[in-house]
Amino acid sequence: MKFTFDGRPYEARRGDTLAAALIRNGVHLMGRSFKYHRPRGVLAAGAEEPNALVEIDRGGARRTPNLRATVVEVFDGMVARSQNRTPSLRFDVGAVNDLLAPFLPPGFYYKTFMWPIGAWAKLYEPLIRRAAGLGRAPDLPDTDRYTQRFAHCDVLVIGAGPAGLAAAAEAAAAGMRVMLCDEQAEFGGSLLSDPAAAAGLHETLAALFANPRATMLCRTTAFGIYGDNLVGLAERVTDHLPDPDPALPRERLWQVRAKRIVVAAGAIERPLVFPGNDRPGIMLGDAARIFATRYGANPGRNAVVVTACDTGADVARDLAASGVRIARVIDLREGFRVTGTSGRLRVSFIGIERGGAREKIPCDLVAMCGGWTPSIHLYSQARGKPRFDAALGAFVPDTEVSNLICVGACAGDMPGAYRAGIAPVSSEGRAFVDFQNDVTAKDLELATREGFRSIEHVKRYTTTGMATDQGKTSNINALGIVAGALGATIPEIGLTTFRTPYTPVTFGTLAGHSRGDLFDPVRTTPMHQLAVAAGAVFEDVGTWKRARYFPRAAEDMHMAVARECRMVRDSVGMFDATTLGEIEVVGADAAEFMNRVYINAWTRLAPGRCRYGVMLGENGFVMDDGVVGRLAPDRFHVTTTTGGAARVLAAMEDYRQTEWPELRVWLTSVSEQWAVIAVQGPRAREALLPLVDGLDISAAVMPHMSVVEGTFLGIEMRLFRVSFSGEMGFEVNVPADYGHAAWEAISARVGACQGGLYGTEAMHVLRAEKGFIIVGQETDGTATPDDVGLAWAIGKAKPDFIGKRSLTRSGMSGPRRQLVGLRTDDPATVLEEGAQITATTDDNRPLGHVTSAYGGATVGHSIALAMIESGRDRLGATLQVRMPGRAIAVRVTAPVFYDPEGARLDA
Amino acid sequence: MKLIPCPICGERAEIEFAYGGQAGLVRPPPTATEAAWGAYLYSRENPKGALRERWRHIHGCGRFFNLTRDTVTDKFIP
Amino acid sequence: MPDALPPLAALARRGPLDRASPVPGVTLAPPMRRVALHGDMSFYAGIPLPRTPLRAALSDETAILWLGPEEWLVLAPACDNVVPGNGSVVDVSHRQVGLHIEGYRAETLLNAACPLDLDLDAFPVGACTRTVFGKAQITLWRRDAALFHLEVARSFAGYVHALLREAALEFGAG
Repeated sequence: MKFTFDGRPYEARRGDTLAAALIRNGVHLMGRSFKYHRPRGVLAAGAEEPNALVEIDRGGARRTPNLRATVVEVFDGMVARSQNRTPSLRFDVGAVNDLLAPFLPPGFYYKTFMWPIGAWAKLYEPLIRRAAGLGRAPDLPDTDRYTQRFAHCDVLVIGAGPAGLAAAAEAAAAGMRVMLCDEQAEFGGSLLSDPAAAAGLHETLAALFANPRATMLCRTTAFGIYGDNLVGLAERVTDHLPDPDPALPRERLWQVRAKRIVVAAGAIERPLVFPGNDRPGIMLGDAARIFATRYGANPGRNAVVVTACDTGADVARDLAASGVRIARVIDLREGFRVTGTSGRLRVSFIGIERGGAREKIPCDLVAMCGGWTPSIHLYSQARGKPRFDAALGAFVPDTEVSNLICVGACAGDMPGAYRAGIAPVSSEGRAFVDFQNDVTAKDLELATREGFRSIEHVKRYTTTGMATDQGKTSNINALGIVAGALGATIPEIGLTTFRTPYTPVTFGTLAGHSRGDLFDPVRTTPMHQLAVAAGAVFEDVGTWKRARYFPRAAEDMHMAVARECRMVRDSVGMFDATTLGEIEVVGADAAEFMNRVYINAWTRLAPGRCRYGVMLGENGFVMDDGVVGRLAPDRFHVTTTTGGAARVLAAMEDYRQTEWPELRVWLTSVSEQWAVIAVQGPRAREALLPLVDGLDISAAVMPHMSVVEGTFLGIEMRLFRVSFSGEMGFEVNVPADYGHAAWEAISARVGACQGGLYGTEAMHVLRAEKGFIIVGQETDGTATPDDVGLAWAIGKAKPDFIGKRSLTRSGMSGPRRQLVGLRTDDPATVLEEGAQITATTDDNRPLGHVTSAYGGATVGHSIALAMIESGRDRLGATLQVRMPGRAIAVRVTAPVFYDPEGARLDA
Repeated sequence: MKLIPCPICGERAEIEFAYGGQAGLVRPPPTATEAAWGAYLYSRENPKGALRERWRHIHGCGRFFNLTRDTVTDKFIP
Repeated sequence: MPDALPPLAALARRGPLDRASPVPGVTLAPPMRRVALHGDMSFYAGIPLPRTPLRAALSDETAILWLGPEEWLVLAPACDNVVPGNGSVVDVSHRQVGLHIEGYRAETLLNAACPLDLDLDAFPVGACTRTVFGKAQITLWRRDAALFHLEVARSFAGYVHALLREAALEFGAG
């Protein structure tokens, strides 16, 4: 396989990580550090890698920064680039930061860029972000697909090393539903770098793969444990493929609900803290061994192994077996100290000292064995409380977590030879603790001298452990240094919190399908395509698409809305009202239930009649409104606002179940059963008459606020005589599948009557001219019925209804804001909705605000509705609508601008 | 995402449920004193520990039911 | 009488997918009479209502799904009339849309956005429940080991269908 790194071509073997391939090609310089731009190679061979962050470019939008070279699998033709360097990795001008290091202590930013305050956002932050940084974010929309899946299992095993495989095999043999995931491309963990284990590994895996109850997920990181054993897994499906099938998602989020979780996450080796410990060629001992044995990529020819435990001997043995010359094994337990290293882009010498005797050893590889840190991240996320194991020099699981166990190395179960306390530190010079965030031992000591005591504060001040690797290789060393500087023990210093995700997870994985057209449901009515064909401009109302207006050639919105309004006033208009909520309230106690839910009295509403209903919250404030028709003594057809449909049904159901379970009444949402077409205007009856199969819809038989069940061209119909426009109006309800046909039939008739379509904008203007409120526009959750002029609707004789008691609480009467109309001197001036209103321009005390404002298409002047303190006492008064830089004088009027007697409704 | 034990449907994912606030509030009659009605509207317990609360399996069987939850551990108490 | 135009009409014109296909298929259920029942009832149209939570009863061409205490959904042939009864009987034939998800790994496809455990042991043939699919509420009924009937509110049908198609892409559905 061929790939390029920073434009240079290289060869790779199947199964290589990018880091392994580069090392086999003799490339050790892979990145520049975050703050000082120091040349860096790999430190590790797995997910804990802090240094070797690269960008993989598949062209166009498919460029991904900040990937760990130790995790990225090479595919044929891969284009990889280094990051955080200008112009090249070898010659990076940012490296000047390294020379300035004495002037860049922890807290440097906080101490230096204090003044002037405005310069932070404009100058300092952009400069710092450019100089100190990770990769370049992609600047095109992501073209890949991401998917998600819920899964359930008896046992989820996290980590497919020896302990995890054993657990999975045992659970599978017991007939359980097992899921096994591992972040690597292959199952096996440490067994993969042990040739002697290959046969047994193959046998175990074959049995698991053959088991239909076992789900095997490689390239899958368990990144978080959430409530009740829900585990988040991020599966990388196609990133390793040269030419992925576009049908496949790039990544998949698994939300796994596991009855039991087995964490077999292994352990991470610790680096040693000595001067110059960050040069390319200096890496963890286990990483050196993995590159040499598993990938056949010797990370050097001439190695020095520095060790604080017996791991060093094993590493030296395995490296030697792979053909690496072992120049020296330096065992820190024998009194040695590392004094420094040299080599600009790769280590060339290491200096040691014992008892005053100094020595420089030439080498091109330094393997550091600082002991092992169990990966307790997931255990800790599951709220397990670890304890410090001094012999291991690390925290291990302690308290029990229900239905979760840790096994193998992550439980601290390691051979004695691999156990080491925290290694001694040589903090002179530049001894790095957190490689990704460039935090040195001296920085940590300085922070303690400046007064930071808690490890949480030291972490935030120095940024140790705060990089994208979340301190996987640095936390324990940092704790040791802070504890040493403060003369305290590590348990006293405490442990920083482990948070999700374990390793970075892409936004694509978390978003999954929820993007583009699938981000939210887009709800359309049965007549939507007809509105589209009629040239409608749509607006979003919740998740609905509603036709806002229907412009004709060269019309702007204002002109179209004015025409639609005149059409309704002069002849007839039709409007899609399907999105309104509809609830069928049925049962012997339906009227009693309605009495308790709405402020109105329903007992004496005759079948076939409608009433405008108002619903309050228990706090006495208007929650919803709508027309209610009584179809039969035990059956009401209730309408709600579009936005309130779900909320109103839920509130009603709450009272039905929990407050009044004795009532024989049931609720059925029929919002989507009916297509609703409003036909409004003086010629509405004329337009409908030929369509309603002989039904008598004369004013005498079907007056304003009545309802009848009949047929519409043979289709089942509920016909309401209602008006939200102020004109004679009908609302035709037909079963939704027939909405399309009914719309076409009415459209032809309306056209014959010089009418046409109108949208939500004209609907708003028409209702505002009549002073009809819209809940949520005139009201804001603090308006009583009286505030908005609806006190007349209250059934005064009723013993109780939702919110009744609140209406007599103190503060619910007296000088409250009330609904009024506003007129401007200039009839063309349209006020701004939301504008504040004061008594005079000298007085800034707000009296209220404009709630609705329109050009007023048919009354000859602009109109506005407002909620104003004691508004009804101010009729005729002049107030000021305060706008930026000016005020507009307005006269307070009654809120009804058109046909105040309502004569047109009864036509 | 928690599992919530619906008394009818068994344990189901939290996204199927709606929270209903503190359980056991008794809606006073309309003759209630100002203080009693005010408490019903606005006074809620906020214990560190066991809290009796209402849930509705709104995307399931639709029923309201009561559970006791430990606000410290976020676990339901049988 | 004018023609009815169900939602997802374009889908209705597609032929059902091959039963033997390894790809889970998504097809539109035929038009049907849907009746929402509430109350203390025992029978609908002579068919005993299922009393066991989360289970459906099937009688000839009529299925009655238990949805909650004293709540059922009747799925009957479109030509059937609504039969009155005690409690609340409401015709909701046009309120929702039926989709059939069938074939190998149908449950895996549903689990793209449905949090239920759809293993045959956990959700056997005849099981039914309201649940969620992405941001939509659905009613799910397992008619057969590899055949699910999904009911979704009409205006959410386009969303649910598009999400199913998107999730089915990786199984090879075109």
